[in-house]
Amino acid sequence: MSTTIVNIIYLIASVLFIFGLKGLTHPKTAVRGNLLGAVGMFLAVLVTLLDRNIVSFEIIAVGLIVGASIGVFLAVKIKMTDMPQLVGLFNGFGGAASVLVASAALIEVVLVTKTPAAQITIATVASGLIGSVTFWGSMVACGKLQGLVTDKPVRYKGEQFVKITLLLGCIVAGALIVTNPEAIHYYWILVALASVLGVMLVMPIGGADMPVVIALLNSYSGLAATATGFVLQNNVLIIAGSLVGASGIILTNIMCKAMNRSLANVLFGGFGEVDVIEDVDDIYAGKIKSTSPEEVAMLLESARKVLVVPGYGMAVAQAQHAVNELFNLLGAKGITMDFGIHPVAGRMPGHMNVLLAEADIPYDNLLEMDASNSLMGQIDVVIVIGANDVINPVARTDPKSPIAGMPIIDVDKAKTVVVIKRSLSPGFAGIHNPLFALDNTLMLFGDAKTMIQETVIAFKEA
Amino acid sequence: MEQFVMALTIFALAIFVGFEVINKVSPILHTPLMSGSNAISGIILIGALLSAGTQDTTTTTILGFIAVVFATVNVVGGFMVTHRMLEMFKRKDKK
Repeated sequence: MSTTIVNIIYLIASVLFIFGLKGLTHPKTAVRGNLLGAVGMFLAVLVTLLDRNIVSFEIIAVGLIVGASIGVFLAVKIKMTDMPQLVGLFNGFGGAASVLVASAALIEVVLVTKTPAAQITIATVASGLIGSVTFWGSMVACGKLQGLVTDKPVRYKGEQFVKITLLLGCIVAGALIVTNPEAIHYYWILVALASVLGVMLVMPIGGADMPVVIALLNSYSGLAATATGFVLQNNVLIIAGSLVGASGIILTNIMCKAMNRSLANVLFGGFGEVDVIEDVDDIYAGKIKSTSPEEVAMLLESARKVLVVPGYGMAVAQAQHAVNELFNLLGAKGITMDFGIHPVAGRMPGHMNVLLAEADIPYDNLLEMDASNSLMGQIDVVIVIGANDVINPVARTDPKSPIAGMPIIDVDKAKTVVVIKRSLSPGFAGIHNPLFALDNTLMLFGDAKTMIQETVIAFKEA
Repeated sequence: MEQFVMALTIFALAIFVGFEVINKVSPILHTPLMSGSNAISGIILIGALLSAGTQDTTTTTILGFIAVVFATVNVVGGFMVTHRMLEMFKRKDKK
């Protein structure tokens, strides 16, 4: 097939990707958008297979079958609560593929022309660097989300120095590749250094900052493909990679804004080393009112508007189906139950929405932070399930707090707040939550799922 | 060099298109957008196919093969899991 036709098909694929991504931004068009993207991918792959440079299809067929089987298995079997890990894993795989393709391209180009142009070798370096960081960063992120690696921030003295040294090492190795492209071992040194860098970049980041990391790695996986596009001088790689890169950056930005922190602060600063100066007794002593599921059921019966604010704790307890039962029960009695969703609730962007959708909650009842806050005055009962820092009023009141200025869901402004939580332990930011001690707050101590289930039973019996 | 500048032009424009297209994403769809766009970044598969299929050297063939596996997981898994998530959102729409 002539190059012209191949390139025209690639153009069509690129256009389909753009329409696909556009579709993915709105609930009504999202399914179609995803399918358009898949069609674009199918076309691009098909036309590539017809390329006359391909002499053997056996290896390709085996690779496609193995990869597709693993992909289908993961996509079908994965539990919705484990979705952040899977998204992280897929990000990493894209990065790894970029590293390998760029290395093969470098070997080929050196075979054909002894001295490849500098822009090709520079792009190869970029691809190896970004791809390796993406792969290993994603592996660490997955490990943290899966509980294989501690999800606490791992910090140590000289941490920034180690990262900077590794980055400088990558740059030196990169320069050596550009000046001696035929010495392929420099490429593998670069990949090794960048791999360690990827691990070191994500290790110090704690679990609650994962939404930023996952979004950023998403962007990187696209940029790695773009860099490889420069190596192969292939437009569809450049376009598709850039689109994904841009989308990842937008999500990263949304996540950072939702925490009132800069990207640099998330990556290099971070929580977890804050000393808890306040005396716990000053905040909590004698002010905590604990409640029972029966009491909560009574509260709900006399309520007209209820707002649930979910957090990572809901995912851990797998409480979403119990929450849906409560949702239907209240709905049948004409009590509205909405969900106030903070952008960084959970471990990846949109985590709570996916869990609640899985539990059959209509998306019209999933409110954004601003919408929740403007409704707050009319809310009779707020139920907080496993969220902490995103509802901590300290963000508004104490300018010295580590979460000062972070936009929160103002649950303290509702008539009554029920907080379902195992204990009074602080959230990820390491600070205590004066919300728990407010007059209108009731603490329901226990496992989120059990507590909701017991409330449902009590509500039915009443 | 000319080819490089062309590629650079396409890159810059594609970034802008990306920003414009995704700018107003509904927060409900943050996860599906991420997994769907991730599947699109599996476009690296076509580079992998070329490396694996041209068989210039054994090394490039092996590298290409592994890349095909990784990229295919990314593409197939990515689109499928996105579809699975979106079906959950859609189901409620009809009720």
